[in-house]
Formats: sequence, structure tokens, C-alpha cells
Amino acid sequence: MNEHAVLAEAIQKRYGEKGKKGRSGRKGSRGESGERGGTYALDGFDLAVRRGTVHGLLGPNGAGKTTAVRVLATLLRFDGGRAEVAGVDVARDPRRVRSRVGLAGQYAAVDEIFTGRQNLEMFGRLFHLGSRRAALRAGELLEQFDLVEAGGKGVGEYSGGMRRRLDLAASMILAPQVLFLDEPTTGLDPRGRGEVWDAVRALVAGGTTVLLTTQYLDEADKLASRITVIDQGRAIADDSPAELKNTVGGDRIEVVVAEHADIPAAVEAVARVADAAVETDDAARRVHAVVSDRVAALTEVARTLQDRGTAVEDIGLRRPSLDDVFLRLTGRRTGADAGPEADADGDVATGVKEGVAA
Amino acid sequence: MSVALDLETGSDYGSSHGRAYWAVADCWNAVRRGLTHYQRQPVYIVWQLGFPIVSVLLYGYVFGSAMKVPGGGDYREFLMPGMFAMTMAFGFMNTAVAVVTDSTRGVIDRFRSMPMAPSAVVTGRGVGDLLTAVAELLILAATAFAIGWRWDSGFPGALGAFGLLLLLRFSLIWVGVWLGLLVPGPEAAGNLFAVAFPLTMISSVFVAPSLMPDWLGTVAAWNPVSSTVTATRELFGNPVASGGTWPEEHALLLSVAWPVALTAVFVPLAVRRFQRLSR
Repeated sequence: MNEHAVLAEAIQKRYGEKGKKGRSGRKGSRGESGERGGTYALDGFDLAVRRGTVHGLLGPNGAGKTTAVRVLATLLRFDGGRAEVAGVDVARDPRRVRSRVGLAGQYAAVDEIFTGRQNLEMFGRLFHLGSRRAALRAGELLEQFDLVEAGGKGVGEYSGGMRRRLDLAASMILAPQVLFLDEPTTGLDPRGRGEVWDAVRALVAGGTTVLLTTQYLDEADKLASRITVIDQGRAIADDSPAELKNTVGGDRIEVVVAEHADIPAAVEAVARVADAAVETDDAARRVHAVVSDRVAALTEVARTLQDRGTAVEDIGLRRPSLDDVFLRLTGRRTGADAGPEADADGDVATGVKEGVAA
Repeated sequence: MSVALDLETGSDYGSSHGRAYWAVADCWNAVRRGLTHYQRQPVYIVWQLGFPIVSVLLYGYVFGSAMKVPGGGDYREFLMPGMFAMTMAFGFMNTAVAVVTDSTRGVIDRFRSMPMAPSAVVTGRGVGDLLTAVAELLILAATAFAIGWRWDSGFPGALGAFGLLLLLRFSLIWVGVWLGLLVPGPEAAGNLFAVAFPLTMISSVFVAPSLMPDWLGTVAAWNPVSSTVTATRELFGNPVASGGTWPEEHALLLSVAWPVALTAVFVPLAVRRFQRLSR
């Protein structure tokens, strides 16, 4: 078999002319208009995922991430191009593909009313394991995903992170070669997000190939060894996280001064640690620049400003977000405001006002 | 890699069992899923069965005391087949709500991404709903029996009557599946009650169509629910109160023809809706 677990070449997917997307097309269908009035959700989409890796598919809402995953997982037929998953042609033998892939969608597709164990046993039987092996496998998965204690409780009582982990477990019943994860951490708090990340890392260590869609550069950076950026149904970049961040310019230090008059002083302080030109936003009294050594830069700038008695309103480090990547690659913003992005980073926008005071 | 999977790596794909075997096995597993829901949520059973029981008591005693059956006969004897049919008719909402809940929660997508028989998603629902309907009829009949309702026609007639009731429920499963795949969410499915209620009221469930204004009586007489109600009244040997119109005189024929027609129309519609999910 070849080195790629997922291979997509020039995939075309158009939703019907009548504009009736159906429930399945609710997300990820805002592409370009086609000649015959249809909407292209995927328009010449290419993707190559190496075996045994986590591959991030990064893009804003409506870029085509979900459609791509649904096409590759055989839930949606496509109109053109070629797709191969786990060595099987998706269009020719979708049933064989289904026996080799797992899918965890945007909603935890588990039964609220059942216990965790009942869910896994039910899915195990539907995967044709038979009752006895379904029960055995459920026990194994509860252990693997750290849900042994919760196994006897109704899913209705689970936290968001536990629910997603159970959903992951359900998608791993047949130990599939390829696992599709569609925005697995959307709507989770930082703790739940961390739990899911750990579970994904463990799966990949066990040899599973994971294709993960996300809106968060930070998430793709933490998990994926390679990232494809998708926009309007097309891959617009395909790179390692490090390279991708380099094109955007890496981490930034940001200083907001209390007085307009202090801006030059802040520029001078930031310039001493900056890798590139210092940028200023006069209206917001904000000074920012790309830095390579995050912590050293922060300490240095904070100390300099404190020594000079410059009143600082805020100082912090910011990792580049999907929005930054997008701006750089397409010249457009994603349309999403910074809100959810900042929320996604949680541990990232290191608010260090306290650090300065200390 | 794991104890459970060592015995047979991967899946059954290419195993000795044929597709037909798995279509049945998967259907049964889907049915078990539905029935376990009831087992985990006994309150739901009480609610599900409570409504018809309360209806029997309310309509039987509150309205029943003021009702006269044209042509004579006891109103509660007249009412019971109507209550049975009404419960069957309302069943399509349960189907629709269950389908739309699974679909919005991604459960249907998960099923479709698994190597199980795709038909089991729908057949499992159907068989499960029919089993539920049997339970509902048993409880209703027991309640009716307790307040004095009897069938006066012998066991074969009664069996035939229950068969017709289940046939009506069967045909409405497909209406429910179709609606469940059509409406956007469980809340919208709940609103179906606003449609279901008049559709069952404008029938011979509570009142003989001959007592209604002419135009309304005609609509009520042709209502598929009326056909089942009138036919089961005949089969149970309960008061029929026929107005002598064609649909009332041929109720037995229509009580089979209507469900067959509904099934013939809504099975293809539901299947098409289901296939649309891949488009």
C-alpha cells in the first residue's frame, strides 16, 4: 500500500441548484457559485495525509472542511475528482471504506439516555462484533479513554469533554486505520479540550491516522504534523505548522500603553526584542511586533518599561490565529471576529499584567 | 491490538454471512436500541401510555355522559375503537420526533459511516415503533375492559380489528420517517401536534359524521382514520352509527386500502429523503 492514508485529487462537490441543501449540507456549503447556479462546496480540493500522522484541515466556517470530511467518510457523494482512503477508492467501494474508517462529527453522536458502556456495546453490535465481543471491546475502550468509572453512568450526566471522549471511543470500535474528526473540540472548555487532545495523541501513538478539521490554528499546531488550509473549497496552503507560522510571522508581543505620549517609548522598548518591524496602532495605543524568544522578549520589554516608569495598560504574547494566517494567505479576514479565537487559545494570550506588577 | 478484535481483525466485511443476514441483524440491534430507551426512561413509557388512558377516561366520562350514539348503543362502547385508532394515528409524531432527534444529533450520520446495513436505520425504527404500538394497544384494551368495554364478536373479529389498527400505525411510520427527515429540529416536530389533532378530530373517532354539518361530515367520513375506526367497530361488534355514506358502508375495504395507499406514497418519499442525505 502507498504511504498515504488519505488521498484526494481535484474533488468537486456541488450542492443542488435549487439551493436546497438538506440538513446534511447545512454547514460548509458557502462556496463559489457554479455555472449552473449550484454552489461549489469543494472546488478542486486536493489533500494528501501520510500514514500514522495527524493532519490538520484548517479553515473558517463555510470553507468546505465539513464537506471534505463527509465526502471522504462516504457520507456525501462527490461530483468530480478522485479520493482514496485507507487504500480503497471512495467512489467505487464505499462499504469497504466504512469498515476502515471512524468518524466523530461536530455533535457527540452518542445516546444521552444510555450509559457510556451501553453506547459502546450498542455501536459494537452494529459494527457486527456480536454481543460478547461488543461487551469486551466496550470495556477496553472505556479503559483506553479513561471512562471506566463513568461507564455505568448515563451520558446525560457527562461533561462536554467526557462526551466527546465517549464519541471518540465509539468511532474507534473497529480500531480503524483512519479517523476523521470534525471540529472535535468545538464548544468545549479548555479542560475538555485538553482531554480530547490527549486522547487524539494516544490514538496516533497507537498507529491511527487522524484527519482533524479545526478553526483554530493553535489546535492544529498542537496536534498536527502537517496542516492544509482550506478556503472556498480549495486547499490554499499545505505545510508543517512551523512553516505555516513562519509565513504568518510567528508569535507577537503586544503592549498597550496608558498614555498616547508613551507610544514612542513603547516602540523603542519593543524594537530591542523584535525580529521584524514594530507596528503601532495609534488609536488603540497598541504597539506590537514579531518575536522569536517569547518569554525573554516579554521579560525584557516589561522590565524596560517598568524601569522608565511607563504606565502600561496591558502587555502580553499572542500566537498567530487562523485570522492572521488567512489575512496573510488571502488578504481577507475570515469574517469571524477575534472572540472565539481568543477563547480557543485560553492558555495562549498570556495576560501578564500581574507579571509586570510583580 | 486488542483482546476483542484479535478474534477477527477489522470487521465482518466479506464474512460468511450475506447482506440479508446483516440487514435483519442490524435492524434487530436498532430495535434493541429503541427499546432500551424505554427501559432507561420508564417515565417516558408512563407519559406515552398515560395520554391515551387519560383520554379514555376524560372523553368516556366527561363528554361521554352528554353523548348520544345515533342508532342507539353505549357511547363508551362506541368511543373505545376511536381511542385505539387515535393513539395509532398520533404515533406518527413519535416516529418523526425520534428520527429528527437522531438526525440532528449526528446519530444517523454515524450509522451511515458504519459498515452496517443502511436500511436498518429505517427498518429498526419501524419495527420498534410497531412493538411499541402493540404495547399501547394492550394497555388501552385493558383500560377499556376495566371501564366496561367488550368485544361482542368473538376472538377472530377482535384479532382482525387489532390487525387493522396496527396496519394504520404501520402506514404512518413512513409518514413519520419522511417528516422526521424533513423538519429542521425536534421542536418543529413537536408542533406537528397542531396538525395531528384536527386530523384525528375531524373523523368518526368521537362523533358520528352524520351528526356534523354536511361538508364537514363528508370530510370526516373520507378520513383514513374514520375508515379504520368504523371497520374496527364492526369487527369488535361495537355500535357503528353509520350514516350510510359510501365510505362508511365500505369501511372494511377502505381500512385496508387507505394504509396501503399511504404506504405506497410515503415509502418512496421517505427513501428519497434518506438518500438525499448523501447529496
